[in-house]
Amino acid sequence: MDYDTLATFSRSWGTVYLMLVFFALCAYALWPRNRDKFDRASRMPLDEDDR
Amino acid sequence: MQPVTGPRQAQFDLFVVPAIFVIFLFLGFAVAAQTHDPLMAIQAWTFMAGIGIALAFFVKRYSEGVPADDTGAYANDIIKAGVIASMFWGIAGMLVGVVIALQLSFPHLFYFPDIPESSFGRLRPLHTSAVIFAFGGNVLIATSFYVVQRTSKARLAGGLWPWFVFWGYQIFILVAGTGYLIGVTQSREYAEPEWYADLWLTLVWVAYLLVFLGTLWKRKEPHIYVANWFYLAFIVTIAMLHIVNNLAMPVSWLGIKSYSLFAGVQDALTQWWYGHNAVGFFLTAGFLAIMYYFIPKQAERPVYSYRLSIIHFWSLIFIYIWAGPHHLHYTALPVWAQTLGMTFSIRLWMPSWGGMINGLMTLSGAWDKLRTDPVLRMLVVSVAFYGMSTFEGPVMSIKAVNALSHYTDWTIGHVHSGALGWVGFVSFGALYCLTPWLWRRERLYSLALVEWHFWIATIGIVFYITAMWVSGIMQGLMWRAYNDFGFLEYSFVETVEAMHPYYIIRALGGLLYLSGAIIMAYNLYRTARGDVRVGEPLALKPQLAAA
Ligand code: HEM
Ligand code: HEM
Repeated sequence: MDYDTLATFSRSWGTVYLMLVFFALCAYALWPRNRDKFDRASRMPLDEDDR
Repeated sequence: MQPVTGPRQAQFDLFVVPAIFVIFLFLGFAVAAQTHDPLMAIQAWTFMAGIGIALAFFVKRYSEGVPADDTGAYANDIIKAGVIASMFWGIAGMLVGVVIALQLSFPHLFYFPDIPESSFGRLRPLHTSAVIFAFGGNVLIATSFYVVQRTSKARLAGGLWPWFVFWGYQIFILVAGTGYLIGVTQSREYAEPEWYADLWLTLVWVAYLLVFLGTLWKRKEPHIYVANWFYLAFIVTIAMLHIVNNLAMPVSWLGIKSYSLFAGVQDALTQWWYGHNAVGFFLTAGFLAIMYYFIPKQAERPVYSYRLSIIHFWSLIFIYIWAGPHHLHYTALPVWAQTLGMTFSIRLWMPSWGGMINGLMTLSGAWDKLRTDPVLRMLVVSVAFYGMSTFEGPVMSIKAVNALSHYTDWTIGHVHSGALGWVGFVSFGALYCLTPWLWRRERLYSLALVEWHFWIATIGIVFYITAMWVSGIMQGLMWRAYNDFGFLEYSFVETVEAMHPYYIIRALGGLLYLSGAIIMAYNLYRTARGDVRVGEPLALKPQLAAA
């Protein structure tokens, strides 16, 4: 594999890979079933249980 | 600290951690005795002195049995130690910053050819390492230990190992910092310490990672809070960057000198892959974790959008890692790699501002607190500066802009709007929160002093960064000015002369910023003692009459 093949591969498939990662994480963040979990998590710093 | 009798827990590490220090004490002694390199001898003795201090601490602390704190619910003493260390190194590092700013302004007054330790070339890395790694690093270690316990509802894992992390890190700082002064450096920016200090830090850092992971492992909350993700990204990525960038072959086991495994443009790219991600994961991800815990806590509001925080986290870490080449525009690096660095930097604007918006909007419904709570204001202003420097950064990464900004004071201005405005203020805010929480005081010694600190430091930042913008752009324009015959309009020394007034303004701004930090140290000291300034109401936040 020479330098050009490698560069072309990373430019094309690299883009696809990063796009897929991005879509996957958006799906995870916006998935309706996760809503309650995330709402609860957003209050975690407010728990008063200092020991 | 009340000594506790009864069965000792964690017998094993009570014995192992001090034993490791003793082994390294002997190792240091062996090196000091064998080496023919006078610098190595000084470094070895400094290392041993650091270990001696740590051991003295262990002896004192455990002479009366296991202190209550080490058996209670949360480990707090280690965080107290971190708060003190942060404040100490912060003031030391900023003081050196003021000194080098004065050296640039008045070279005839602050240049001592007979004292090489005082030369700009040695003090500059001392400044950068002291503020980033000693100040910032201690803030990050302390806050991460605080946050991971609270959000996991679990005590810090590893018994005495967190103390190994704490003291090991201070010893690293001591060896690295004194090394710069005597002229030990491997000349990689932000990675100046030589191979043996790097190895020691690797050991400490792996222990840090394991303590953090161990605590997460024990957690009683099913969900891992977003701040912990940011801390984890910071710890893991710094480990990776540190190891790869410092791959080197020592000339001898008893000498300070080593040679990098990389050469030429590969070496440069490795260095700036490291350098940029030190910004991304040390100065950004770690402090974003602080933002995601301390702003909601102090504002008493939930995180504005937890979903956004997830998108923020993953897109930030996936994009940051590619942006390093923007430090190498117009160099021997292949053009496509430069362009790649540029495009990723521009894209970085999105997650950065997503995070900024999330931090700022967490105040929705509580904006009035900004008027009455200077600590919260400090935290919020830090996020605003974060937004500013992460807008400026992508602009500077555009090659045409970088052609003007590179090598000029504009970069220095950009650095310090991030460093003073974002890293500094968010750290100050966190330390102001932590001190009354940890020492169990009802409130800070004086909110009026926090107000003073806030305003003095803000004016200092404005002086610093506006002076650097003007001087940087002027410098860049003067360098590229041609006359009618196609010759350069200005000689280099003329550009230096033109910068003189701005250097003085910068030094003044730095002095103001340092003064603010000293006020803060006093305030925190009085808070820890349990004092309350006479004449100030005791209520933590002044109660507003119901409107
Ligand atoms: C989206 C975010 C950011 C981008 C795209 C970015 C981009 C840049 C660029 C293009 C440079 C100039 C490189 C050169 O010409 O040599 C630079 C320098 C620098 N930036 Fe940023 N920046 C960002 C955020 C930050 C933040 C938040 C901080 C600090 C807290 C920071 C700290 C630094 C430092 C320390 C340097 C100087 C490196 C050196 O020693 O040359 N940056 N950045
Ligand atoms: C009292 C406040 C401070 C003053 C007066 C100050 C002053 C300076 C000066 C004079 C330089 C050298 C600039 C040059 O070579 O032209 C410098 C570099 C630097 N300072 Fe500061 N500084 C201060 C605080 C901080 C803080 C709090 C941080 C980080 C958290 C920081 C991070 C840096 C970095 C990363 C550089 C290297 C920039 C580069 O290579 O591009 N400084 N500082």
